[in-house]
Amino acid sequence: MKKIKKMNKTTKSNFITYLMVIVIYLAVQAMSMTGNLSSLMKGLLIPLCAYVILAVSLNLTVGILGELSLGHAGFMCVGAFSSAFFSKCMVDVIPSSGLRFFLAILLGTAMAGLFGFLIGIPVLRLKGDYLAIVTLAFGEIIKNIMNLLFIGKDSAGFHFSTKDSMSLGLKEGGTVIINGPQGITGTPRDSTFTIGVILILITLFIVLNLINSRSGRAIMAIRDNRIAAESVGIDITKYKLMAFSISAALAGSAGVLYAHNLATLNAQPKNFGYNMSIMILVFVVLGGIGNIRGSIIAAIVLTLLPELLRGLNDYRMLIYAVVLIVMMLFNWSPKAIEWRKRIMVKIRPGKKKDEKEAA
Amino acid sequence: MALLEVKNLGISFGGLKAVNEFQVTIEKGSLYGLIGPNGAGKTTIFNLLTGVYKPDEGIILLDGENIVGKKTIDINKAGIARTFQNIRLFKDLSVLDNVKAGLHNHYNYSTLEGIFRLPKYYKVEKAMDEKAMELLDVFGLAEEAHTLASNLPYGKQRKLEITRALATEPKLLLLDEPAAGMNPNETKELMDTISFVRDKFDMTILLIEHDMKLVSGICEQLTVLNFGQVLAEGRTSEVLNNPEVIKAYLGE
Repeated sequence: MKKIKKMNKTTKSNFITYLMVIVIYLAVQAMSMTGNLSSLMKGLLIPLCAYVILAVSLNLTVGILGELSLGHAGFMCVGAFSSAFFSKCMVDVIPSSGLRFFLAILLGTAMAGLFGFLIGIPVLRLKGDYLAIVTLAFGEIIKNIMNLLFIGKDSAGFHFSTKDSMSLGLKEGGTVIINGPQGITGTPRDSTFTIGVILILITLFIVLNLINSRSGRAIMAIRDNRIAAESVGIDITKYKLMAFSISAALAGSAGVLYAHNLATLNAQPKNFGYNMSIMILVFVVLGGIGNIRGSIIAAIVLTLLPELLRGLNDYRMLIYAVVLIVMMLFNWSPKAIEWRKRIMVKIRPGKKKDEKEAA
Repeated sequence: MALLEVKNLGISFGGLKAVNEFQVTIEKGSLYGLIGPNGAGKTTIFNLLTGVYKPDEGIILLDGENIVGKKTIDINKAGIARTFQNIRLFKDLSVLDNVKAGLHNHYNYSTLEGIFRLPKYYKVEKAMDEKAMELLDVFGLAEEAHTLASNLPYGKQRKLEITRALATEPKLLLLDEPAAGMNPNETKELMDTISFVRDKFDMTILLIEHDMKLVSGICEQLTVLNFGQVLAEGRTSEVLNNPEVIKAYLGE
């Protein structure tokens, strides 16, 4: 009897998460339809979807696997560039934007997953602070490689250089696809808010179902106690790599979404550098480590906040920082947690026993 | 043939012989004790048996098969499970999930079957739930199945660790100071549990313990370790009356 109750609880919690995303989507659509959405906000919707996916996928590494990664933007970068490259090459070959974008998403996700796997093999031997620093370095390496990559196409096929676009030696009629620091220009803008929300739902489906399965249990067992996990026969390397690669692959899909919303895609510190990695980590920590729904809310609030405060000009980043600190205290300070529990008991007295058990 | 046969086992840490020429033979179904003063090398021997450390010399035969050099997870698959001196539970998982993690290698479905919730997922998860609840029931933990492992009282955490180890279906169970930090009542209950496990699961148990009441109460045979070497071995009552052993424990 109790077992059934518990199962329902997990399913219910997951259901609320899906429902929340769908409700927000419908609300935004309604606002957009009635003309209540500023163009500024409209421009934010697709990056917002990408940030939500990034936050949820990083939570898989940080919250579920329990390893701190500071290179998440690097995987996003891989997904963005590989898919943009694909889309730009295929823009004439596959005229249907739906099919082209679908393939681009698959490719970007797979490439980022592959990079996650390859980087994970050496990196996951480390843990804690060391792992964080090395992932940070790998993220920067990926970003910098993108900055010195020149790829062009002409009748003879693809040309490749790391110096400049002149040394590609393109014949007449050839085009430069990736132009070093200038990046990729003219990627078809296939991303839409609806596709973004669908990607969020798919990400949630994968992450939530993974957590509540045999593999997810193994991953969390490793997080809680590596030595004990080994002693009950759980393959540490396999499950660590699995979690890290899936996390990277999902970040790649966010990159695809992000790239197909830009006229010019280039790797700058602010979109693919450690600034971005840290920002995603802030979403995860603020929303609650291991709390998937929290990551979504934190990503939305913290992305919209600076825009909503734009009217306050100089003070907006100050307020942003203060809100960050207050939210962090509210979420994590032991006193605040105690206080929240007391309030919850008052609101829902029937829950008292459950709360106690959960404490 | 004995279930576990260890011969001439040795390991050094930076010139210090932590374990030297250790040997032991444990028959199937026996309850065997490993005792000795602090720092005698008891836990090191457990770590050697489970592949956490690789021995410098010697062989470990489990059911006639040499397991030296195997990885910890392969040794677990071969049939050795253990508990830890300082309890190592999966503290943020429920009691039920702790046991299900122990069942990991015996109930299988792929990650994709899990993510896409294919029929096999439901079938295997249901079987796992049933098996885990059955085990928890045996140890009187069924009521707490959905409590977080870290919220269990100390004695029950010890029990859960034993349950999790048994979930891996071992041939040999290693218990590292199961009574550490327990009061006399809890120790008494633990003794009953250990004897019960041996009888119910037909288990062979090797345990490290300092609590002499527990050792003399349930162990049939003992090995006493001092400075990494075997000081005495044999039937419990004889070993505990051995003057050498008394000297090692109480001094001159």
